[in-house]
Amino acid sequence: MNLTALTIGQARERLRRKDFTARELAEAYIKAMEAARPLNVYLVETPDRALAAAAQSDARLQKGSALPLDGVPVAVKDLFCTDGIETTAGSKILGGFVPPYESTITANLWRNGALMLGKVNLDEFAMGSATITSARGPTENPWRRKGDNRPLVPGGSSGGSASAVAARAALAATGTDTGGSIRQPASFCGIVGLKPTYGRCSRWGIVAFASSLDQAGPMTRDVRDAAIMLHAMAGHDPKDSTSAPLPVPDFEQAVGQSIKGLRIGIPKEYRLDGMPKEIETLWQRGIDWIKSAGATTVDISLKMTKYALATYYIIAPAEASSNLARYDGVRFGLRVPGETLDAMYENTRGQGFGAEVRRRVLIGTYVLSAGYYDAYYLKAQKVRTLIARDFNEAFKSCDAILTPTAPSAAFAVGEKMDDPIAMYLNDVFTVPVNLAGLPGISVPAGLSQDGLPLGLQVIGKAFDEETVLRVAGVLEDAAKFGALPAFVAGTA
Amino acid sequence: MTALIKGRTGEWEVVIGLEVHAQVISNAKLFSGAATDFGAEPNTQVSFVDAAFPGMLPVLNRFCVEQAVKTGLGLDAEIHLQSVFDRKNYFYADLPAGYQISQFSRPVVGKGSIALDVPDGTTRAIGITRVHLEQDAGKSLHDQHPSKTYVDLNRAGVALMEIVSEPDLRTAEEAGAYLRKLRSILRYLGTCDANMEEGNLRCDCNVSVRKPGGKLGTRCEIKNVNSVRFVMQAIEYEARRQIEVIEEGGAVVQETRLFDSGKGVTRAMRTKEESHDYRYFPDPDLLPLTLDAAWVERLKASLPELPDAKKARFMRDYKLSASQASALVAEQETADEFEKLQGRVAKVVLISPSTTANTVINVVSFIAGERGMTPAQFIRMNDVHGALILQQKNVISGRMLKEVLEGVAESTKSAEAFVDEKGLKQVTDTGAIEAAIDAVLAKEPAKVAEYRAGKEKLLAFFVGQIMKATQGKANPALVNELLKKKLAG
Repeated sequence: MNLTALTIGQARERLRRKDFTARELAEAYIKAMEAARPLNVYLVETPDRALAAAAQSDARLQKGSALPLDGVPVAVKDLFCTDGIETTAGSKILGGFVPPYESTITANLWRNGALMLGKVNLDEFAMGSATITSARGPTENPWRRKGDNRPLVPGGSSGGSASAVAARAALAATGTDTGGSIRQPASFCGIVGLKPTYGRCSRWGIVAFASSLDQAGPMTRDVRDAAIMLHAMAGHDPKDSTSAPLPVPDFEQAVGQSIKGLRIGIPKEYRLDGMPKEIETLWQRGIDWIKSAGATTVDISLKMTKYALATYYIIAPAEASSNLARYDGVRFGLRVPGETLDAMYENTRGQGFGAEVRRRVLIGTYVLSAGYYDAYYLKAQKVRTLIARDFNEAFKSCDAILTPTAPSAAFAVGEKMDDPIAMYLNDVFTVPVNLAGLPGISVPAGLSQDGLPLGLQVIGKAFDEETVLRVAGVLEDAAKFGALPAFVAGTA
Repeated sequence: MTALIKGRTGEWEVVIGLEVHAQVISNAKLFSGAATDFGAEPNTQVSFVDAAFPGMLPVLNRFCVEQAVKTGLGLDAEIHLQSVFDRKNYFYADLPAGYQISQFSRPVVGKGSIALDVPDGTTRAIGITRVHLEQDAGKSLHDQHPSKTYVDLNRAGVALMEIVSEPDLRTAEEAGAYLRKLRSILRYLGTCDANMEEGNLRCDCNVSVRKPGGKLGTRCEIKNVNSVRFVMQAIEYEARRQIEVIEEGGAVVQETRLFDSGKGVTRAMRTKEESHDYRYFPDPDLLPLTLDAAWVERLKASLPELPDAKKARFMRDYKLSASQASALVAEQETADEFEKLQGRVAKVVLISPSTTANTVINVVSFIAGERGMTPAQFIRMNDVHGALILQQKNVISGRMLKEVLEGVAESTKSAEAFVDEKGLKQVTDTGAIEAAIDAVLAKEPAKVAEYRAGKEKLLAFFVGQIMKATQGKANPALVNELLKKKLAG
């Protein structure tokens, strides 16, 4: 039996039927994790911890008192602080940093029986769309173009998470999404990635990138798994003032429900000039699926869309420039000494941060500076309000919105890398959702002409992940995406 | 009081505004649960939030907000039901996050005022611009190691209220009076210990000078002055310095200065220390602070009687003078003990509140001060009310009250026991007094003759002699009366 081929939903049933043990499942994934080393996915492997947790899961499964995620091996994006295990955010500046605390999200997962396989790679401080800015080197996408063995990027910043799940080196993974960092890599790797509503999941213990945009979410093999994972991760956390004091619905129950009668918005502004034909085609196919499932489509307008990227690239760096000020060499992480305090700062931060992080800290510092604040940061905040208003207006006439997840399939390592703007364009469909704080999901919906996965995005109203999951479930059923990447851990 | 300073070219008006940083009384910090005890071992009161570890988030301490709102209400200020926490960004080793969480454009408390007592018995209102909440930084210790700086984060994250005055103050004395009044209000409210020596009240002074009625001059800010006396000295020095600069044809440069208390001068900080662009922006980790109007009303209703109201009541109900009432209400405890004392004594004998007030203000304060106690502590520990009763009953004289209180303080006896033991009872036996008078007059026949010849000033001399002979125990009124009779012949 190929244990790593199962979804969480399937594994859950069979663990309870005692077809195999949590230990056996964990061992299969530990092997897969080792086999996936060429992809540079895991930064830290924690097999002993996984096995110890599996033993506890087995004890509960034996007693018939299993927890919702008992025995589920999870890869953790290295942005989540994990108690006693090095957490670097993919940055040299946090090299050797071992948090004495556990993030709320991962603590919730472990409390629900999940076990940690290890920490996975990401763009440094989650800044990037290709998992190439990590101090620990790029992560590879397990997919290859037809007839082309050049390595491809897994997307980013949660590229390690996406790659691990796609390559079956983890049953599920945690990701974080500030401008598309869950959905875009999910699209590039042919998996499901769910960014919940801002405030649905606690940010406590997650290394901050842009606090008003950051949101954790699950990355999984299918939509049901995303619902199962989100249920375990979500919930009000008094330690995060921006976490919503709302009950957590039974997300899984929404998966598989009919969308008959739902109104799905199709935003005309998402038809970009120069967008590849295959993206256009994929989107149309999604619209057809939705219609044949009994929903209606509504043309909507999100007028401010064209300003979203510019707005995002002011607000996110502004917050980042402040959030990253704490990496100063004084209390933890890297310290490069200097003659004076200022010299120590310059040496530490100059050598500790990579080029992309330095670029964004500079942009952020600039847009907050006296004389520029009104023209950049304040204006961006106003546009952000207008973008949110666009969505609110649109949701008066529809229940969810369907768009492509990204304007292209995965690209090769080296492509788009000399031009930061081209790289930023990856997030053109995902960024507005973060600016408005809404939930969004990417579902694998087909293959490009090159044989690479492409995702469709469903956007929902705030705190209406259930409708998002309902629609995503229908797309998933219609798409019957069964393709496997070139590299599947343990089968090579 | 004249508010003008005389320079070579004429008179100058000094314009002063104060920014006071008051440490909020709270067991926990503004955004973390760490303790705030003064004088704890370095780095023992630090949470991961205070040390700005990755992924840590601030959670606003509701009690600190309550304290700030109370302070606002105590300063008769607008309470903003919506306010915002901003980040003030700068790098320093004792600022762990690289930013201080403060309130910039939307503070929790808006315009208010403080009434200063003017010597003529009236008051003068000094405007309060705003009060906002912010975090304190840690401490850099430069004297622990020849080449290294140590950092103590115990203070990092402790809640401060920044209380900003309008530029309404005109003299160093007024600035001192403002600080003392502010301190008094904060202590009444229980929102700040207001101890400048412990650093829980710190003051930045904005000073400029102008020709009377002219437009505002360029101001200098004197940072972090840590006693009322130094604030007054710093302002006095700075005003004279600016006048001199202008009168010598120069211009005042807007800058931040430090007060050197050893030399009594202000000096400019190096420009590098002040050239900050703080890049304020709303802290995305915190939601805007929204207050419930009903909650604010409940807080308002729960406020204690504040110094101004108490002073008015003392003047109205006890018929005290403005200066008596001001002196009593400056410290809440003193006012409380005065009221208790007056009540207890008045139950036994007839006593005017003014007598009790003067006893507390003049006699008790002096004796308590000599013993390092507050008047309230002295009154609680010693039989002041017994002594006052003895005085009112004419058992001891007014001038013996001080001696009795001092004796009581040393012996911890009741006033009555002390007076009995020392035989200090006033002599009211006319026979004994007459005998003493006769003895003195018999000893001084020449002076008696002079008196009778019209030199009436000699009466005081005879009284003195008689009091001396009776060891001060003779009732002065009786002595006077009997003496006059005898001299009249």
